[in-house]
Amino acid sequence: MSDERPPTRYTEYHPRWYRPRVSTWWWLARWPYLKFILREISSVFVAWFVVVLLLQIRALSRGPEAYAAFERWLQNPLIVLLNLITLFFVVFHATTWFNLAPSAMAIRFGGKRVPDLLIVGTNYAAWAAISLVVAWFLVRS
Amino acid sequence: MAKQSNEPVLWALFSAGGVMAAFVIPVHLFLLGLAFPLGWIPAPSYEHLLALVRLPITRLYLFVLCFLALFHWAHRFRYTLYDGLQIKHLNELIFVCCYGGAIFGTVLAGYLLWNFR
Repeated sequence: MSDERPPTRYTEYHPRWYRPRVSTWWWLARWPYLKFILREISSVFVAWFVVVLLLQIRALSRGPEAYAAFERWLQNPLIVLLNLITLFFVVFHATTWFNLAPSAMAIRFGGKRVPDLLIVGTNYAAWAAISLVVAWFLVRS
Repeated sequence: MAKQSNEPVLWALFSAGGVMAAFVIPVHLFLLGLAFPLGWIPAPSYEHLLALVRLPITRLYLFVLCFLALFHWAHRFRYTLYDGLQIKHLNELIFVCCYGGAIFGTVLAGYLLWNFR
């Protein structure tokens, strides 16, 4: 029987792979996808914060008048709005980052895995402590 | 042949920047961008900030913050463009713009902080 099977034909080329085209807007389809993209977009706001910080340092080095102008610029409603959106995104980045910490690094202690909740809790406690320290340096009456 | 990749280094910078950004940027931004300009909390005086930034340790902190945060942005934003918008054909251009931008910002931060008087 096997003798009568037609000989297998080989071609030099790969067959075409079946790759359905994914829409550019795939991330709008489901909430977890959108959340993923929003988390990625948070990086743009991290960069915006660096821009503001560098402008502040430059204004500081240029003298009191330049610094007063920088402070007025910060009071521009559009800049305030942008900074409000930025705050939302950087807090979103921080919380998603801390919530992922147990998955990113599984810590073992005494042969047992440290519970996820403890790692996340430690991160949030450290966040609160660091925020207080930064605020302590900046807020002076 | 496996090609030597610099991806691990870039990922490590992304990760370190992510930690740095998560811990300190929210409080910095809340104070600088909202609480001080809107008068919720009295803003620090020019003299206070000048004295603070004149300390070498503050400048080192600010430099590391800018450097890591920018490389965090570069890595994450590059992949947002790759995955989100699927513009893989512009691979090289995106790579150069993202990391080029991060290097430019880092050099600028170094220049401003090194020459700070």
